[in-house]
Amino acid sequence: MTWALVIVLALGAYAFKVTGLVFLGGRSLPPILERCLALIPAAVISALVVKDTLTAGQDIVFDARAAGIAAAALAAWRRWPLIVVIVLGAVVTALVRRFG
Amino acid sequence: MAKRDGGDHVTWWRDPDLRPMILACLTLSAAVGVFGFSFGVGSVAAGSSVAQTCALSLFVFTGASQFSAVSVIGAGGSFGSALGGALLLAARNGVYGLAMSRRLDGSLGRRLLAAQLTIDETTAMSVAQSDRRHGQIAFWFTGVTLYLFWNTGTLIGALTGSAIDPQTFGLDAAFPAGFVAMVWPLLSDRRARLAAALGALICLASVSITPVGVPILLSALAVLVGLQRPVDGAVVAR
Repeated sequence: MTWALVIVLALGAYAFKVTGLVFLGGRSLPPILERCLALIPAAVISALVVKDTLTAGQDIVFDARAAGIAAAALAAWRRWPLIVVIVLGAVVTALVRRFG
Repeated sequence: MAKRDGGDHVTWWRDPDLRPMILACLTLSAAVGVFGFSFGVGSVAAGSSVAQTCALSLFVFTGASQFSAVSVIGAGGSFGSALGGALLLAARNGVYGLAMSRRLDGSLGRRLLAAQLTIDETTAMSVAQSDRRHGQIAFWFTGVTLYLFWNTGTLIGALTGSAIDPQTFGLDAAFPAGFVAMVWPLLSDRRARLAAALGALICLASVSITPVGVPILLSALAVLVGLQRPVDGAVVAR
C-alpha cells in the first residue's frame, strides 16, 4: 500500500458521494444505468472472493483458504452472525494449514 | 423549534417512532465494528502500515472499496488496477447520493459532511423511515455511529494484526470471509446471483492471462446482465 493510493482513493470515493449528493442532487439516472450500477457489488465482490480464495499471483491454487472459505460460506448460508462467518473462515484456514 | 415536553416534536431519542431505527442501528454497529476489525487485521497482513490502514477507514469510509484496494495491492497488483476496482465499488455511493439529496436539508457545509457518510447502510436506514424528519435523523444517527465503530474496529484490528503472525491464525482468510459475508445478502435477488456467478467466472478465467488486479476490473462486465429489463417489474436497485 502506498500513501499515493490512499489519497487518490479517498478523493475518488468522496468525489462519487459528493457528485450525487451535492452537484447532481435530485436528478435520477436512466433506469438501465441504475440497474447496472446496482449489480456492481455482486459481480465485483464475488470476483474478490475467488481471487482471495483460489489464486496466488497469477496462479490458480487450491489450499487451506478454500476449506476456510467453504466453512465461511456455509455459515453465511445458515445465517449465522457475521463474527462467526469471519472467525470460522480464519480458524478453519489456520487448522487446515497446520494439520492438513 | 422542538418543544421539550409534549407537542409534535419530542426529543428524538425519546421518539417511539425512532426506537426501531436506533435498535437496528446498534445491531448494525456491532457488525460494522467486526468488519472494521477484520479490515484492520487483513490490511496489515497484506502489507499496509497501521497509519495507512486507519487513514483508509477515516477518509475513504466505503468498506468494500477499501477491502478491494488492499487485497489487490497485497497480491502484487498495480496502482491502476487497485484504484480501478475500488472506484467501481465506490460508484454506487453516487447513486445513493442522488437519492439522499432529496431527503436531506441543510447548508452546503452540512451537505459536504453528509456526503462522506453516504454509504449503503445510512441510505438504507434513512429511506426506511416514514417521514422526512425521521429520515434525516436516521441518516445522521446511523452515519455518525457507524463511522465511530468502523474506525475504532479498524484501529483495534490493525494493532492486533501487527502484533501476531497472520498466517498462523488464518488471518489471510479474514478478507475472503469478509467478502463472503458482504456478498451473501445480495444474492437473494435472481439477477444479482447471475451477476455474482458471472463475475466469479470472469475472474477465474482471466486470472492466469492478465496482470494481478485486472480480473477484478473485468468482473464488472458481469453487470451487463442488468441491460435486460426486469421480467417481474421487481426493483433491483437497493
